[in-house]
Amino acid sequence: MDTLLLSRIQFGANMSFHILSPTITIALGWMLLAFKLAWQRTGNDKWMEAYRFWVKVFALSFGMGVVSGITMSFQFGTNWPGFMETVGNIAGPLLAYEVLTAFFLEAVFLGIMLFGASRVPVWTHTLATFLVAFGTTMSAFWILVLNSWMHTPVGFEMRDGVAHATDWMAILFNPSMPYRLTHMLLASGLTVAFLIAGVSALRWLWGDRSDAVRATLRTGVFVGAALIPLQILAGDFHGLNTLEHQPAKVAAMEGNWETRGNAPLLLFAVPDEDARENRFEMGIPNGASLILKHHAAGVVPGLNDFVGEDGSVMHPPVAPVFYSFRLMVGTGFAMLFLSWGAAILMTRRRAGVEGLPRPVLWAMVPMALSGWVATLAGWYTTEIGRQPWLVDGVLSTEQAVAAVPAPMVASTLIAYLAVYAALLVAYISAILYLARKAAGGDSPETTTPRGQSMAARVSGE
Amino acid sequence: MTYFGDPTIWLPLAFAVLMGLSILIYVVLDGFDLGVGVLFPFAEPAQKDRMVASIGPFWDANETWLVLAIGILLVAFPTAHGQILTALYLPVAIMLIGLILRGVAFEFRAKAPPARKGLWNLSFYAGSMMTALSQGYMLGMYIMGLEQRPATWAFAALTAVFLTVGYSFIGAAWLILKTEGALQRKAVGWAKGGIWGLILGLGAVSLASPLVSPRIFDKWFTMPEALFLAPLPIISAALVALLWIALRRLPTRDDRFAWFPFTVSIAIFALAFCGMAYSFYPYVVPEKLTIYEAASAPESLFIVLIGTLFVLPMILGYTVLSYRVFRGKATALSYE
Repeated sequence: MDTLLLSRIQFGANMSFHILSPTITIALGWMLLAFKLAWQRTGNDKWMEAYRFWVKVFALSFGMGVVSGITMSFQFGTNWPGFMETVGNIAGPLLAYEVLTAFFLEAVFLGIMLFGASRVPVWTHTLATFLVAFGTTMSAFWILVLNSWMHTPVGFEMRDGVAHATDWMAILFNPSMPYRLTHMLLASGLTVAFLIAGVSALRWLWGDRSDAVRATLRTGVFVGAALIPLQILAGDFHGLNTLEHQPAKVAAMEGNWETRGNAPLLLFAVPDEDARENRFEMGIPNGASLILKHHAAGVVPGLNDFVGEDGSVMHPPVAPVFYSFRLMVGTGFAMLFLSWGAAILMTRRRAGVEGLPRPVLWAMVPMALSGWVATLAGWYTTEIGRQPWLVDGVLSTEQAVAAVPAPMVASTLIAYLAVYAALLVAYISAILYLARKAAGGDSPETTTPRGQSMAARVSGE
Repeated sequence: MTYFGDPTIWLPLAFAVLMGLSILIYVVLDGFDLGVGVLFPFAEPAQKDRMVASIGPFWDANETWLVLAIGILLVAFPTAHGQILTALYLPVAIMLIGLILRGVAFEFRAKAPPARKGLWNLSFYAGSMMTALSQGYMLGMYIMGLEQRPATWAFAALTAVFLTVGYSFIGAAWLILKTEGALQRKAVGWAKGGIWGLILGLGAVSLASPLVSPRIFDKWFTMPEALFLAPLPIISAALVALLWIALRRLPTRDDRFAWFPFTVSIAIFALAFCGMAYSFYPYVVPEKLTIYEAASAPESLFIVLIGTLFVLPMILGYTVLSYRVFRGKATALSYE
């Protein structure tokens, strides 16, 4: 394999591993703030218990996010020097503002949030929790501004092959930013909702009948049920925005080769890029036209429009975009059915958690990770869908890569992959261990909510 | 912008100063928590917990200074960022994996099943070692002008060891400040060993830099500059001597002067850093690229500078707040 492909896989691997943590911490930060405020308002200790359990998951996730984020900041220079050399005047300030307004804020107040509860007044601790949540969200804002600008670059001019900013407001609020940011924040909310529901369901199945586990299971299900329709709507708007600015990506998502009206919505197919056609097509007639153009005869762009006279292909690789898009949408619908089904079962005759049959509870357990699957699939869709460009129409991925020898990239890639695989296993088993411990036996949490023994039990050490 | 003179002159300089400041703050702050990691195998299990407790609330913010430093390099001097990081590809990768291993260990060693704690302790130690060694190696390569030859590798291997031992010194100095009893006495012993890393490291860098580059030699050894510069090595040597004397008397019975080694080591790191900055100015890639040649467009730098001037004092403010909240001797980390 050549340096370009290896570097892309390496960046993809680092990015994929990194995104798992912020996807959880962005929304979990706000969720913890909500638990904390609910406890302060009601005085009901179940909220404090929920806080104490999930703050540990937050700490684990945050640690992974910090260290893999540091990796990201170096990757630009080690593997993609052409990126900053060409668009550094725009990417630079955005990244700098992320570090200045988000990273320090979350890092410093995380210390107080995790370990400072006994050293500061209650309101300061709540404020620290708020600032951590705010910091993670700010971080998402800046990085999605930059990412969106790479998809829909505006507000700049090229001088001697280097981009110079001409309109910062246009850069900040570039055409795809509002859609991408909304889509990502909702994705984070869903990831956390299903994680909380799934882990709580597991605790319930392990025999945990505490008020805290009831409260978090209910919270997870209802937050998930509330967010998923919004996400489907936001995703649809995002798709229309992509159709306007990156039609080649939409063509790959739909697996549509020829520009045409009455384009079907393909439920399944095997795109064959050599033959430039699909095999084993199965679709809903007029579906793609209806979704993208809102009428059956609407003309949908085809991939063949993006092949140059000389045969140069200027559209993304079709199969990965096509499959990951379907994986994302499929996961989204699984989320819809499960959360709505569970919500209906729980509200009917005010049955609560007891209204959930065991198969539904068991279904929630693997769905705890559904947010990760959908988020990754969505990112693969949009990022592979941007190829062959790094910055759409401005800089190709090939132009930006470093001339590092391929074996060097390969060896570091293997090292990263090994570390990431080990950490993922450790992360998931740690959450399972925490859940098992919380579900297990006498549960002193319910009897001594703020006592000394509790301090010893949940202490970081 | 024109009110302040030529922005293509003062903006790169301002960013070089900001970057230098971030690197210095990083080296001191992460230096002590990396040093604590390097010292890990020498401690008893209960002491290990206390050692982690002394850095637990800070390590994350400490590492953010590295992100800021590398961010400024990326933002202000993009060409240099590419050249330096591709030249240091492998040590950077080793450092990053080291940072990952130690960073996750903080939380995992406390939350994973007790049977796994030994593994996470190992991960914390190995990660700290990888990070410290690769940073020292990169320092050596940078001084050698990023040239890949057996002689430069050998020198970088030496600075790798010296910086790691130097970090263990500042780590021990931190533990003298933040702990008490047997662990504190032990830390005094570690500091007595670690101070050699400081002495040898300072010596190696001071000797090698002028020998490698005639330009640096001339900057230090021509009159009258040599006279103005003389206090720098003299004060450093005096501070090391003071440390040496202090370490023989610590810990004192009423814990007075527990702050002394840590404070003095900050001063020594700062002096050494100023010396290096003076040697290399105006180059950001040694002998190849100056800060003025490598700088981004002034408009972009100006936007970042405005933000930095507003936000950096706030960052420093709440960093100080956090060190105040967790002042005094380290206690067991608790979420309560």
